Amino acid sequence: MFNSIGLPVIVLGGMAIFFGIVLTYASKKFAVEVDPRITDIRDILPGANCGGCGYAGCDALAEAIVRGDAPISGCPVGGAELAEKIAKLMGVEADSAERQVARVICCGDSENAMEKYEYYGIKDCKAAEMLAGGSKSCRYGCTGFGTCVRECPFDAIHIVNGVAVVDEEKCTACKKCIAVCPKGIIELVPISKKVRVLCRNQDKGKATMQACKVGCIACQKCVKACRFDAIKVENNVAKIDYSKCVNCMMCAEVCPTKTIYANFAERKKAFINDDKCIGCTICSKNCNFGAIEGELKGKHKVLEDKCVGCAQCFEKCPKDAIEMR
Amino acid sequence: MKLGLIIVSAIFINNFVLSQFLGICPFLGVSKKIDTAVGMSVAVTFVMGLASVICWAVQIFILDPMNIGYMQTIAFILVIAGLVQFVEMVIKKTSPTLYQALGIYLPLITTNCAVLGVAILNIDKSYNLIESLINGVGAGLGFSLAIILFAGVRERLELAPIPKALEGFPIAMIAASLFSIAFLGFSGLFSGLL
Repeated sequence: MFNSIGLPVIVLGGMAIFFGIVLTYASKKFAVEVDPRITDIRDILPGANCGGCGYAGCDALAEAIVRGDAPISGCPVGGAELAEKIAKLMGVEADSAERQVARVICCGDSENAMEKYEYYGIKDCKAAEMLAGGSKSCRYGCTGFGTCVRECPFDAIHIVNGVAVVDEEKCTACKKCIAVCPKGIIELVPISKKVRVLCRNQDKGKATMQACKVGCIACQKCVKACRFDAIKVENNVAKIDYSKCVNCMMCAEVCPTKTIYANFAERKKAFINDDKCIGCTICSKNCNFGAIEGELKGKHKVLEDKCVGCAQCFEKCPKDAIEMR
Repeated sequence: MKLGLIIVSAIFINNFVLSQFLGICPFLGVSKKIDTAVGMSVAVTFVMGLASVICWAVQIFILDPMNIGYMQTIAFILVIAGLVQFVEMVIKKTSPTLYQALGIYLPLITTNCAVLGVAILNIDKSYNLIESLINGVGAGLGFSLAIILFAGVRERLELAPIPKALEGFPIAMIAASLFSIAFLGFSGLFSGLL
């Protein structure tokens, strides 16, 4: 009886206790000192190990942050909120950076861009790129085989009508799509900037027109329309300087090919609250569109048909009498 | 001569993954990229060699004298799990580079059936200490061969035009079975000698 039950229990129990003791001893003896901040930061990082920060994973980033090699805003996924938490742990101030999102600079979908040839190869942008720059007639445009879609760990980019489109809600600015796009047409922009030039075609206007109905033909109309000096035509393609752009959408309004995209439904109008307005005329002086009228010391009024929602008056009003809606 | 036969047998003829179907989980799970497959195979080879020796000693010096050979499975699992934990701590302390290279794969294989399998097979075939060690390392190398080759195939599958219904795991399963059939070609090699 003892031999069949007791002995195995004692022997295996003894082995287990032996290993337990050895492991306990080893965990003391071979303990590696880890900065407690590393584990703390590791705990609040997203833990997806996406590699968007450029390090091997969340563990590696946590270590780099504590070592001082990576900035506290190193995690593009967690964004400003996470940077703030990390800043608290590290005892420094967070520099509040606006959330960035990826945008695909092409609107040449299957209705607007022509096909040069029928492509039957591997469904991959990099493979298609090797055959005369893809089957689309425009060699600068989105190939549309979804290499970025497969790369995105957050399901934030999709092919719509042959062009990749970023879902800005889901995008975490991890830059993975930017790294894989063989055309280099994905860029990070601040999420608040609503106006975008959706073309990278550097050919002359005529060649662009032949390739795609919605390509930028470098007509300079947007440059003239912009009152803030925020748009320039370089290498035959318009480019918005987002440090100057105020979302007035004037460039999108005048663009003859509709290459510049803006959602006009989101356009706001300024309204002046009569109770707060003291008639200082600062707003009308700052309005580049002549959309505010009113006498000194008198109540001011916004001319709705002229207002384009650039919000310059809203920012300059010393009495907070203007609201955008 | 016998040692040579054991190692060739462990790598090709009785390949753990492709002929004996042990260790399928890491074989399918960690074979998406060649880099990770290499990390996994180094860790497996290392643990298999070590576990073969220690389990052999446990069997000969503890279980056999007590006549409780039937507790082999439980005892070996205990030994392997404890051993891997211990080794992980030692490596972490003494060689951070090796620890980084093995990374998360080391704890992953503590309860792998291929590791347990090699320890039990050593006893079944009544190998001595040296033969057990050689068999363990050979089995690890066989695992490495299979998983690294398979990772190469899967990297190519990523780019191949695959029918929608077969994308992902199904095609990996089919590729794995073709692999296994290919390795059956080795069976019967040296059949008189083993």
